[in-house]
Order: sequence, then C-alpha cells, then structure tokens
Amino acid sequence: MTGYGAARLLREGLRGHRGWTPAWRSPEPKPDYDVVIVGGGGHGLATAYYLARVHGVRRVAVVEKGWIGGGNTGRNTTVVRSSYFYPESVALYDLALRLYEGLSRELDFNIMLSQRGILTVAHTEMEMDVCARIVNAMQINGTDAELFDAERVRRVAPLLATSPGSRYPVLGGFWQGRAGVARHDAVAWGYARAADRLGVDIIQNCEVLDFIVENGACAGVVTARGPIRAGRVGLAAASHSAVLAAKAGFELPLHVYTLQAMVSEPIKPALDTVVLSLGTGVYVSQSDKGELVFGGGIDRVTSFAQRGNPPVQEAVISGLLEMFPAFGQLKLMRQWAGIVDVAPDSSPIIGPSPLPGLFLNCGWGTGGFKAIPAGGFLMAHLLARGEHHEISRPFDLDRFARGALIDEAAGSGIAH
Amino acid sequence: MQIFTCPFCGARDETEFRFMGEAGKQRPEGGRAVGEAEWAAYLYLQRNEKGPVREIWMHQPCGELFLLARDNVTHAAEPGVGLRPEGA
Amino acid sequence: MARRLPQGGRIDRARPIPFSFDGKALSGFAGDTLASALLANGVSTVGRSFKYHRPRGVFGHWTEEPNAILDVTRDGRREPDARATTVYLEEGRTLAAASVNAAPDAERDRLAVIDAFARFLPAGFYYKTFLWPRWGLFEPAIRAMAGLGRLDPGWLPAAPAAPCNRACDVLVVGAGPAGLAAARSAAEGGRSVLLVDDRREPGGVLLWRGGEVEGQAAEAWIADTLAAIARAGGTVMSDTTAYGVYDHGLVCALQRGAEGAPDRLWRIRAGHIVVAAGAIERPLVFADNDLPGVLSAEAGLAYLRQYGVLVGERVVVAANNDAAYPVALALREAGAHVSLVDNRPAPRLRRLAEDGGVAVLAGERVVRAEGRRAVRAATLASGARIEADALLVSGGFTPTAHLYCQAKGKLAWDDALLAFVPGAPVEGVSVVGAANGVFGLAAAVAEARAAVAVPKSGGAPAARDPAALDAAPAWPNGDAGGRAWIDLQSDVTVKDVGIAARENYASVEHLKRYTTLGMATDQGKTSNVNGIAALAAATGRAPGEVGTTTYRPPYVPVPFSAIAGLRGGERMNPVRRLPLEARHRALGATLGEYGGWLRPAYYGPGDMTEAVAREIRAAREAVAVFDASPLGKIEVIGPDAARFMDFQSYMTLSTLAPGRMRYGFMLEETGIVFDDGVVSRLDENRFRVSCSTSHVAAMHARFETWRQDQFDPARLFIHNATTHWATLAVSGPLSRLLMERLSIVADLSDAALPHMAFVEGRFAGGPATVARVSFTGERGYEVSVPAARAAELHERLLAAGRDLGVAPLGIEALMALRAEKGFVVVGLDTDGTTMPHDLGFGGPRLKRTGDFVGKRSLFTQAAEAADRKQLVGLDTVDGAPLPRGAHVVARDGGRLRSEGFVTSSYASPALRRPVALGLVARGAARHGEEVTLRHLGRELRARLRPPCAYDAKGDRLNA
Repeated sequence: MTGYGAARLLREGLRGHRGWTPAWRSPEPKPDYDVVIVGGGGHGLATAYYLARVHGVRRVAVVEKGWIGGGNTGRNTTVVRSSYFYPESVALYDLALRLYEGLSRELDFNIMLSQRGILTVAHTEMEMDVCARIVNAMQINGTDAELFDAERVRRVAPLLATSPGSRYPVLGGFWQGRAGVARHDAVAWGYARAADRLGVDIIQNCEVLDFIVENGACAGVVTARGPIRAGRVGLAAASHSAVLAAKAGFELPLHVYTLQAMVSEPIKPALDTVVLSLGTGVYVSQSDKGELVFGGGIDRVTSFAQRGNPPVQEAVISGLLEMFPAFGQLKLMRQWAGIVDVAPDSSPIIGPSPLPGLFLNCGWGTGGFKAIPAGGFLMAHLLARGEHHEISRPFDLDRFARGALIDEAAGSGIAH
Repeated sequence: MQIFTCPFCGARDETEFRFMGEAGKQRPEGGRAVGEAEWAAYLYLQRNEKGPVREIWMHQPCGELFLLARDNVTHAAEPGVGLRPEGA
Repeated sequence: MARRLPQGGRIDRARPIPFSFDGKALSGFAGDTLASALLANGVSTVGRSFKYHRPRGVFGHWTEEPNAILDVTRDGRREPDARATTVYLEEGRTLAAASVNAAPDAERDRLAVIDAFARFLPAGFYYKTFLWPRWGLFEPAIRAMAGLGRLDPGWLPAAPAAPCNRACDVLVVGAGPAGLAAARSAAEGGRSVLLVDDRREPGGVLLWRGGEVEGQAAEAWIADTLAAIARAGGTVMSDTTAYGVYDHGLVCALQRGAEGAPDRLWRIRAGHIVVAAGAIERPLVFADNDLPGVLSAEAGLAYLRQYGVLVGERVVVAANNDAAYPVALALREAGAHVSLVDNRPAPRLRRLAEDGGVAVLAGERVVRAEGRRAVRAATLASGARIEADALLVSGGFTPTAHLYCQAKGKLAWDDALLAFVPGAPVEGVSVVGAANGVFGLAAAVAEARAAVAVPKSGGAPAARDPAALDAAPAWPNGDAGGRAWIDLQSDVTVKDVGIAARENYASVEHLKRYTTLGMATDQGKTSNVNGIAALAAATGRAPGEVGTTTYRPPYVPVPFSAIAGLRGGERMNPVRRLPLEARHRALGATLGEYGGWLRPAYYGPGDMTEAVAREIRAAREAVAVFDASPLGKIEVIGPDAARFMDFQSYMTLSTLAPGRMRYGFMLEETGIVFDDGVVSRLDENRFRVSCSTSHVAAMHARFETWRQDQFDPARLFIHNATTHWATLAVSGPLSRLLMERLSIVADLSDAALPHMAFVEGRFAGGPATVARVSFTGERGYEVSVPAARAAELHERLLAAGRDLGVAPLGIEALMALRAEKGFVVVGLDTDGTTMPHDLGFGGPRLKRTGDFVGKRSLFTQAAEAADRKQLVGLDTVDGAPLPRGAHVVARDGGRLRSEGFVTSSYASPALRRPVALGLVARGAARHGEEVTLRHLGRELRARLRPPCAYDAKGDRLNA
C-alpha cells in the first residue's frame, strides 16, 4: 500500500514512519526510450505523466540536469489564474486551471491548491475601462471574472491603501475567484511521483549536452551520463531551451531575463487573496506558512546568473508598501531569482521545432507555473500523436512568421 | 547592480543603459520582397548564447549605441566599444 | 534558572530600564538585549514552536537565534517577528514584548496539546492528507495556526531614512579580531576603508571570549586598533549588517537606527570585500534538545561576560570540541556547578578543566534532555543522569561565509574542522578568520593582515589548522531515540530528515523544501549543517557529497521600510508638472494624471459632466484654450533628415513643403502603430515631430537608434525640444478673432496660414510658432512659446477672449471632442495589434515604393487577414451611452465570440447623443450594421458607422 491519506499517516505514525517508500525512484538511464523529455520542471514532469496516463506511452524518461522542480517551478510566486484576454490564452490557461482543480486527488498528492481569488487593482479611469474590457472578454471566453468597485476591493483586501490621497488611489479592479495559489514544489513532486508509478524514469543530475541527429531528425540526446536514444524528444527546459536550440541547429524567438521573487517573515493571516496592482506592477499573496510572497517587474538584462538585483528589489518593495502601508512593519526574509524565457508576445511556444522529432514547450516567461498541467497535457498530446491539440495550435512557432502573435499586453494593456 | 562602461561617458550604473539587441543582426533589404521567414527571423530570433556575448546597448543619457562584450553568467563586462572607428 | 549576577557584564546597572513580556512588568539595564533581560528575569519559556507548540527558550545570543522571536512594540510601533537577541533595551522608550504562536501566552498556550499528536504530523504530512473532500476545507484552520507574529493593522509608516551610497577601496565585514586587524592594515596601507559590524560595540568574539591579541589584552587591543583605523582615515560603522553581495562589488548593508531613529540602507561599492564575519556554533542533536534551558555554549559565555547573566546554577556543558572548555571554566568561576560531557575519549584540555573545578566526563555524550517545561537533567549514553538547570551545547562551528557564497564562492567540506569552508577564491572577495575556518586568534589576525596586503586579492590559501578545535564528529543520526531537533524554528527533527531520505527527497534542496529545514526567519544558521549531516547519514554519503543549499540574501531579515527608503508617496514614479499648473489651479482645475503628467481634467466647480459639457460648448460655439505643452516636439535636423523621416514614417514626408504639416503614423518594425502625430517641416533639412505625450522618451530613443544604426550620424541630429516650449491650443469658431487680438508678430491670415501650415513669428519679444492644426475639428491654432512665457500667453488669451466666451479646455472635454471627430488616441483606440490600414489609412501601405520601418510586417498572413479589427464608430440604439470595454459579440453555434470592443465613449452635446469608437472585426465594411454588445453580462445593441460623427467634410476647420 503506497497511497497517501489520513489513514496511512495514522498507521505510519504508529510505527515510526518506517513504511514510507521513495516518492520516485532514481533509476539509471536506459539506452533508449519512446520519448525523452529534457527538463524535470513542472512542464516536463507533467508531460511525462500525461504521456503515460492519457496516451499509454510508458517508455518515457525525464532528464534533469539538477534536481527536479529546481528551476522556475520552484522559484515562482505560485499564482494560478486564467485571467487572460484572448480566447486562445483563456483556452490554454483555463485548461490548466481546470486540471489544477482536480489535481490533488488525481495525483494522490496534496498540491494545496488554494482558490482564494486574484484581485487586479485599477487606479485610473482608463485602467478601469481596461478592466471592464478584460472582464467582458473573460466572460465571453467562458471563464469567471467580475468587475469590482472600490468598496468590493476594500472588502477582499482591507489593508490595501485605497484613499484618494494615495499615490495610486483605488477605483476598483477585476476579480477572478477561481484563481489562487498552489504549493509549487508539490506540483513537481506530485507529477513526478505519479509519473514514476506509471513507469516513467526520472533521471536527475543528468545534463543534456547535445542532440543525436540522424537522417535530419532528432533521435535522442547526449547527456553527461551517456547517450539516450528516443523516438521523440520533448524540450521543456525554459531558458535553457533557447541555449539547447543552438545544439539542434536553430534559434528561438526568446529573450532570457531575470525575474525576482521575495518573501517576508511569516505572520498570522493578514492578506486573504492575491493582489496585483496595475499602478505598481507588484503582485502579492500570503502563503499558508504566513509569509508574504511577492514580485514585480522583470529585470531586462539578459542573464543566466539567477541572482537578485537591488534596483528591482527597491522598486518592488516600495511598490508593495505603497499598496499596503501596514506591511512597512515587516522584513524581507528571503529573495531569489529565476531565469525566464520570454517570447516576443509573452505567450508560450508549444509545437514542433525546426528539427524533426524534437518538440518544444518553452517561452512561458513569467507565467509558466500556472500553466503546468496544460503545458504537460498539450505537450504529451503532441509527443504521442505528432500533431497539435486544438488548444496548442495557435501557440506554434509558426505564428511569428505568420504575424499571428498572441500578445496579451497588446490586447489588454496588461502583461502576464 | 552592474557597472557598464560607455565608451564616451565612462563607467556608469546599469540603470542608465538600455539593451538594444544581440550584435550582428542585419535588417533585411528589399521591403515587401523580403521572405516571410527571413523577416520573422530578423524581428524575433535570438542566438541566446550562454556565457560570453556581444550586444548592442544604448547609454541613455548620451544616446550613444555601443558594443558591449560581457558574460551573462558571471556578469563580467568589458568596457564598451564605439560602433564606428574614430574619425569615420 | 538563569539569574543576574551581582556584578560583571558590559551593562550599566545604574540605568535600569523597565519593559514587559506577555503583559508582565520586568526590568533590565542599559546595555541589555531583550533576550539577556528576559534571562536575567528568570523567564525560561519565551515562545511556542511553529508547528508543535512546544515551549522554547532563548538558545543563542545574536543573529543566529532560532527561538526568541517576539512581537516587539516600542513607543507604540510594532515590529512583528523581532529577534530578542538583537533588540537592545533603550532608556526612555517603552518596550512591550509578546510571545508568538501562543495563546493566551507562552506559559499557558492552549494549543500545546498539538504536540501529543506530533507523531502523526511528520515532515510533509500535509502533502499526504487533506485530499478529501478538499484542501480548502482544512486550509483556513491551518492558516490561522501558521505564521509567527501579528501584524498591527493600524500601523502607520514613520519617516523613513534615505538609502545612502558609499564607495571604498576595502570593505571589511565584521569587527572581530580578524576584521579589526584587516581594517587597520588596509587603512594604514593607504586605502580607504569601511569596517561594518552588526553589534553595537566593535570587538566581536573578544567581547565575551577576551584573550590576548598581538601581545595585548583584548580590551586594549580593540581600543588601540580602533584608534589606529581612525588615524589612518578609516571608518567604522556599528549596528550595521552587510546582508547581501550583488554584482560588481556592490554590498548592501542595514544600519539599525538607535533611539527610535529609522533603519537605513547602505549601498556600498567596494573594490575589495573582506569577509570577517566569524562563525556560528552548532547545537548537538539529542532527544528533547529543544527544551528551555538548552543553550549554545557560546551563548552561555556571552550572557555571562556581556550581560552578567548566569544561565544556570547546575550546568552541563556538552561538547565535541575544545571551544567549550573556556565556557565551562568561566561558568564555574562565576559560581555554577559545571559538568563537561565530551564525546572525545581523551580531550587535551581535560586537566585544565578539572583543575578549574569542572567535572569532565570524557568519551561520553548526552542522549536526552530531561524535563517538562525546562531542563532538569541530562541523560548520558552510559545511562548516567546529571541534574542540571542549564544544558550548554557545542557541536562545532559553522563559518559565516554567506557573503562569499553570495558572490558565487563555492564551499568545500573540511573533514578535520567538520565544517564547510570557503573553497576557490573569488576575485575581489577575501574571507578571513573564523569565517574562513581559521580558528585561533593569532592565526586569524595574521591571515587578515595578509589578505589586505594585496589589493583586490582573493586571498592566500587559508592558514587553517586542522587541529584547531580538535573537533570529533557528533552528527545526528537516525538512531537517536525520542525526538531530536535539528531546526528549532521550523520544528524539524532527525526523524523528519529520515523520512525525507526514505522518500528520496535526497537532494539537499529537496530536503529543505520538503521538511522546511532552514527556511524559517533564522534561515538555518544553527541548523543547516546538522541537517546536511543527518541527510548524509541517512543516505550513506559524506556531508561534502550532500553539499549545501544556495545562500541567498539577506543574511538577516531586512525591514521593508529601509529598502523602500524615501521612494513612497509622491516620490514614486513622480508625475510631471506643467509650467502653467499654478494658473490651472487658480482657474479651478481638477487635475489628474494623464500619460505621466498632471493635467487639468476639467475646470470649475461642480460635477465633471456639467463642466465637460460647458467646455465642449465653448469649443464648438466660441473658443477654448487647451494646454498642450506636454505634446512631444522632437526635431530631426541635417542633410539626411528628409530621407530619415521617410524611413521612419508610414506617410511620405519628403514631399512636404517647408512651412507645412502632415498627420501620420510611426510604426513598429512589427507593423503595429507605435504613435501618431503631426510632422512639421521647418526647412529643407529640419523636421519637427509632435508625438504623443507618453511617447516622447521612446520616440527620441527610437530616432537615435535608427540614426546610428542605419544612417550616417554625422548627417543627422536628433533634438528633443519638448520641454523648451509651452504650447496652447486655441480652438473654436471664434479662435481666429482671438488670435488676432494677441498681437503676435506674424501673418495669421488664412492665405498665409491655411490649415496644416505654420508660421514662425514673435510674441512679447520672444519667438513664437503658430500652427493651424486641430484635434477638435474646429478651426484651431497651436501657439508655442518658450516655457517661461507660457503664463503670459495664457493670461492674455483668456483676458482678450473674455467677451468672446473663451473657456479653458480640460483633457476630458478634449477627449470627447476628438471622439466626435473619430480621431484616435494611440493606446486607447488602438491596441498592440492595430496596423494603419485598420484605422482607414491603407494608402501608403499599398502605394509607397520605398522601404520604411514596419513595412514588411504589413504584408504577413495576419496583416492581410480578412477579419482584422478595424476602427469604427458606434451609435447606441436605445440612446444609453455605450460602456467602454463592452465587446461586440457574435455567436458560433451557440458559443459567444468577441468581435471587438468599445474603446472610447462620451456624451456629445453637439450631437445631443453619445458617441463611441471601437475596434471591430471587418468593421470598415459593416457600416450601418446593427450589432450585439455584451457588458458585464448584459446585452446591448449598437449600429456601426464611420468613425467621424461630426462635420465629416471638415468645413468647421475653416469656419
């Protein structure tokens, strides 16, 4: 019996927790697989899980250069939402949100999805108009959204500075109640454990150095632990997808930037929802541990250093205090950075690459965590069938040549 | 907070600079006749090298574009170099 | 129980200071920390643990403290999660401390019962349960229990301190023996030196360990060294913690404000960073080692020597190294009964200890702390039991090399020192003394002096003496009975580490995230290495193979208010202000932020709708004056200017005659409309671009980029003249009459100055440009004068036009006027997909032969698609105004689909009905069609029409 649950915890508690077994194995890589996925983040692990679960493809390996979930999956501010403007985006992110809603039970792993809602706060009449435009778009596209006036904003975020004398007075905003946060590490671990049980090999500390190319097609990967052959290869390595693309002989339309996140010391509950200000660009929520988790704009200097930078910190923290003056009594406990791969339209790239046999799932920029289940689901479809699911079709690499970009910032005035 | 060196103004804080693009990109000639893929490549593709890179930056206070050789992993940055030889 | 000794310590017993803890009135002395004062008052339980609500007492003595986290309110201002070991009592300031995670207080916590169920709540239990019926049902209760301190919702910000910058040749972090020596050597070597230290007094470990340095007693050596540093021009900053190393030698430091002064952020740019931050003692891990009364040995000594506090009468010191011996001796000398339990069979200091009256039990170790609320005894491996009211533990030392790691240094495991020590040198960073694993005063001081002998050195190989502490392994392992605590603040036990290992969370990063080890406010200063060792033991590896987690700033929690500094309020993204702001205010304007400028929204008292209607009437029926000063004025000058403008602009501009103006667009290379505006040709080689207010900086940068990239910069000059000029737009059927009264020296006749032409003349002795342009659709003039003359012009216009019914025009009325005309505002009526042919300007796209920015993108598949969103006007069907943001919808087999949206919507007094603009799929071909709109769930009807609803022929321009 390897399932989780209260009864199991009780039993293990009584016998000193000796019965727990590995959440996933650490197998040696086999010489070949049907599918090899490069990148053991949320998207790669979810891809492996859905390949095995939905498509019955079980000879699958996920190769990860470090430890699973150690990239952007474990470095984000854990927000999940589908508050997007274009129907293509809503279809994608709402698929993710719907999968998230059933994920804890499906994986038998509590990912602590907490649908406490996201409030996007507007400070000018023009921003209010934009909010109305988005709310209408979301409702038409079939997801939940509400336009809030200042009073309703005050009700869900009483500590928010809303007075007309504020630098950013609050006129209202929009609300997606199904949005919220989830425990980011648990998403990676839950998918890893479930995929492992279906026979997927998760191979950590195994950097991919190159691709095996035969007859003009990708036939596997060369790793630090030797070559691994594969019928199809999925590339889900975020910013390193762009670096690895060069090994496969092509370039990607991606920029690599640093996104910082920060947490305060833990306090008793003080903020019940996710709040994003259109004035400061800062977003914040309070974790179940009590820490305020927040971030803001990206640092537009290409960097693979994964380090913080004081100018951005100062801007983000001063923005946070402008929104919530009472948070001025708190302290910064930890700060870190992720490397985000941003496409020109800030939408992801899912689809075949220029090298046959190699498929892409990248370009999630600052918004990859919220999309993990959909990214995995669609990528699995692509790898199993060799063709797009209808939801991923608009996100193909070909959209750039066609000029059919899906630019949320362009359509709504609000970026991801 | 990095220090970059404008070839004209000297060492300044990174907040004064603006990244313009990877060095070496050529705008395709031919207007409407340029191929769709070639145009998209010009608009969007990036080499995304990890480590030493050569980029074009603008020092905003003086407005000059220059070549910056730096390392995007270690953040070591060489002094910027003007785009045109002296006297040209 | 701890108590204050009648004498000793660095406190001032003549200055008692009252404070309270959990509502009880207590008293300490000047020089006390909150923690030392609590101990001196015999307070043993200072709070409850995060997860299991176990009673916890003070463990450490400085920033490493895991337990004594309290809500501290001073002079009415709260600091949640304050570390009692670093909060000083201050005379004249009230201080009320409250325990966290305890109700009603630390002594009588009601949730203490949770500990009885601890076996069912191991590491990561929440991942394995609460799946049914759903997590959301359990989460609120768990949320309420989590967190430490309480936020004061009524807290108001105090005046913050401005962050300060400082540059130096050498920054020394830590004023212990190594740091002081390094600072002195560097300063005397002629370099500018800044020495920062997080304590109130320099001296570091010498303050409680004393000793002899370079032939002098510690106190004298500290004083002499400080004097020497000052003489050589060095600076010493106390109460200052260097908490983060960033790019290119930038160090951020927090200077704590004393006596209620605000904390201040320092950004220090150092050529050479010398890390002399010492080392932190690790606990020994055994059953119930979290009881109040278990302290680090170093803390026991620090409380004695610094604060005159004896931590117990019967003290067991448990150790695996030599550093605990002086502690035992000092406590014995202070009157305690002391036993020293040493896991080494033949400790070399045994005789010394025994001679000093300390009982030494060699080759023996503590396996359990006994007691319910506090330590009563220690049980040893042999089964022996020693009565004790304090149990001091020393499990070796962890070098404080955080800053080196943040600078991308890599630690290496030293099997002799049983510690992670700095490995390969990092350029510009030296680590010296205990922070480098060099224990022993003489060696540390010598190393420090050597490190600064070479500027910017990474440091010589460490002069580490492997036998310095003679430490023997005493790592936690899974065999320990009971609950042995590794991370006191996160409530992580050895068994938790075992569970993580069993479940293959075997990467140290997974261990941290799964068990939360090292993730609390102390960031694992005392627990990380023990956790690594326990994981190593559980997975059959050496600690060096497991490795450490990433070291991230900040080293200690840093107040948000110090980081934000003075950036708040009106200083945040400050609005730009008009030269005429005072005049607008005098005219009763309500100001608002538009495109980053503070501009008049409307004038006069009362409701905005009425004011706007009044202003619109003036513009349509008489004359109105609008302050258009922020409108961009970028000049393009030089022999290649015409060619440059043709390349930049969607419309051809080289054919424009000097003195004439043309409306047009600038595109992105992606073909998207970047901005619109009027371009004037001043002469053959000089153009002026009037771009949108919010695009000035971007337009200037864009021109500059293309100038240098595609043109010969010697033949072009770009000049941003926006703020040189103030521009007033005079608009309305009576505008010509008003202009004639202005005594501008220029020919303003329609023959000389037709629509879309300009003349340069003089006004009040200075230059003036008068242009015939109109954003309202009425006859209009834009008068530009040097900003300094703006007030005079404005005053003259309003005075001279009084009898004509002149009115100042706010931006809200202007927006309605231009919407009636179907004039777009880029960014409002266009979005990031809009191309010029979507706005009815398809001509140049098809006709222009030369290349221009964005041209190729106008012919992609998407650009040529039939269903592009195009600019339309929308008429309400039922007379009610159309809400901005409403979408035009279509149905595809029952499914709603958006076809576009309303971008602008205003009441139109001239037309006596609302007008609206929008972007609608195939809109240009659908004029006359009635469409359905949706807004917040409601359905509305509207009819599409051409964008211009007022004076489509343009007759009013010349009325």
